[in-house]
Amino acid sequence: MAPRAFNNFFAKHYKKHPFFLQVFLFLFPFVFFPLIDKNIYHIDLMTNVGIYVLLAMGLNVVVGFAGLLNLGYAAFFAIGAYTYALLNIHWGISFWIGLPLAGLLSMFFGLVIGIPSMRVRGDYLAITTLGFGEIIRIAFNNLDAWTGGPNGLLGIDRPAIGPWRFSVNPTPYFYLALFLVAVTAYLLFRMSDSKIGRALVAIREDELAASCMGIPTLKVKLYAFGLSSFIAGVAGALFASKQTIITPDSFDFVLSVLILAMVVLGGMGNIWGSALGALVLGVLPEVLRGFASYRMLIFGIIVILMMSFRPQGILGGQLIRRELNSRHKEAGDAAS
Amino acid sequence: MPLLEVKAVSKNFGGVAALKEMSLSVNANEIVGLIGPNGAGKTSFFNCVTGLIPVDGGQILFDKGLLCLNGFPSNKILEAGIARTFQNLRIFKNMTLLENVAVGFHSRTRSGLMDAFLKTQRLRREEKMIFEESTKLLRFMGLESQGNEIASNLPYGSQKRLEIARALACGPKLLLLDEPVAGMNPTEKEEIIALIRKIREKNIAVLIIEHDMQVIMPLSDRVVVMDQGGKIAEGTPDEVQKNPRVIEAYLGEG
Repeated sequence: MAPRAFNNFFAKHYKKHPFFLQVFLFLFPFVFFPLIDKNIYHIDLMTNVGIYVLLAMGLNVVVGFAGLLNLGYAAFFAIGAYTYALLNIHWGISFWIGLPLAGLLSMFFGLVIGIPSMRVRGDYLAITTLGFGEIIRIAFNNLDAWTGGPNGLLGIDRPAIGPWRFSVNPTPYFYLALFLVAVTAYLLFRMSDSKIGRALVAIREDELAASCMGIPTLKVKLYAFGLSSFIAGVAGALFASKQTIITPDSFDFVLSVLILAMVVLGGMGNIWGSALGALVLGVLPEVLRGFASYRMLIFGIIVILMMSFRPQGILGGQLIRRELNSRHKEAGDAAS
Repeated sequence: MPLLEVKAVSKNFGGVAALKEMSLSVNANEIVGLIGPNGAGKTSFFNCVTGLIPVDGGQILFDKGLLCLNGFPSNKILEAGIARTFQNLRIFKNMTLLENVAVGFHSRTRSGLMDAFLKTQRLRREEKMIFEESTKLLRFMGLESQGNEIASNLPYGSQKRLEIARALACGPKLLLLDEPVAGMNPTEKEEIIALIRKIREKNIAVLIIEHDMQVIMPLSDRVVVMDQGGKIAEGTPDEVQKNPRVIEAYLGEG
């Protein structure tokens, strides 16, 4: 009796609030993580995984939904981190105000780089974003007067709630990251279920047909780019407040590739897939620590095996590799 | 004034003239057939009208001459009221049938990203409308039972129909069909003919490229014949069939 009543109750509410319940069911168990595992090191690791999840979910909007390859995503993460750091160091702006500002500035740069580069596709867009990523990192490295150059910025304030300030203990950061992941996941689900989400997938499937169906492709792609860089900016501010020190080498090309690997491994276009990919690739190097110097070798082999036996990713349903496989379908049906 | 009036449109690809001062008009509520041998420039003509390739010269007037479509991007042309299908199917293969048709409603709904985030009244109302109307369109095309299937799993004939349903979702005044019955069996062809007649009853004009004379002749009010980028004949199906220039274009000089 009771289970059926529960099922009915659940089915009714699931139909009404599918995404809210999904986010709740998948993420709520993590609330207990710091209560069960008291190891500070593990909690710290999971907090970093939370930041990775944010980044992977954000990159998934551009790579997974819209099918636009972005190889410079770490740059937006860096812009977010430096925005909060500079605002805080120079003007003492608190974390809670710095967080959205970091997202907004990162989004602004996303649109600035997006407007010229959205006109190219595929490999060319990948190179453009790669170049942008390097420019940002090198600029931060060399603008010594502003960014402290290679030494980075130190003494960034931790978040505070009233008189109580976060400390070296990672537990509050863990919950903050979990909260941001939950909000991001929910909003991304809402987007994917709307006409914007459908338009993005349509653009990935066939950009020419999408524009003939009335989708302003440039505008919709810019939405995706802006949203994606906003999320990276927020993740950056969280990262800066947690580390209290940021240097340009935290935001190198390898990070962009790692995040891309998370999205691909989890299954492109799948929101939970990105989260799972970030979890796997974030935790795996630590699990493999016992293998000492063979660690990265085994890590690489696992990724290669995964991609050869399940190329659509862990949670990827349909095989979505258009952007990476086929190059130019544009205006293919010319005169006949 | 006709609904669509194309005046002396030209298009060159390098040294090759794909369209040479091609003119054509479609009246409201009319079915016009566009025929011609392979390479005559029919699809190029469609691509010019839908803004996929810019024209080199001439004018494309729409809505009784009120709107000049030259230089419009494809999505603006669709908003003006011209929807199309493609010769080699361009449905969204990894989306469901309902989603495919729902995409067609993009330009007819106003809610944006913020509405989606906040789940506003407007979004809920529009989403409800989109899926109700999409279901109706699938029913109209005889695909209602497969609404939640992934489009690539459908047989070819149904994919062709899905593409027409998607174009109708845009609420066009003029529908451009590029070889809608290519690769279909006789029964399927009959169904498509009946559907196109029903589309016209919805007050939508139709311009069809088609090679199959058994389809185009009984269906069209008027037939335009193209060869080598220009119009060589125009008239009722009977007139066109007797026109010596048309016979020559198809069969070569005797």
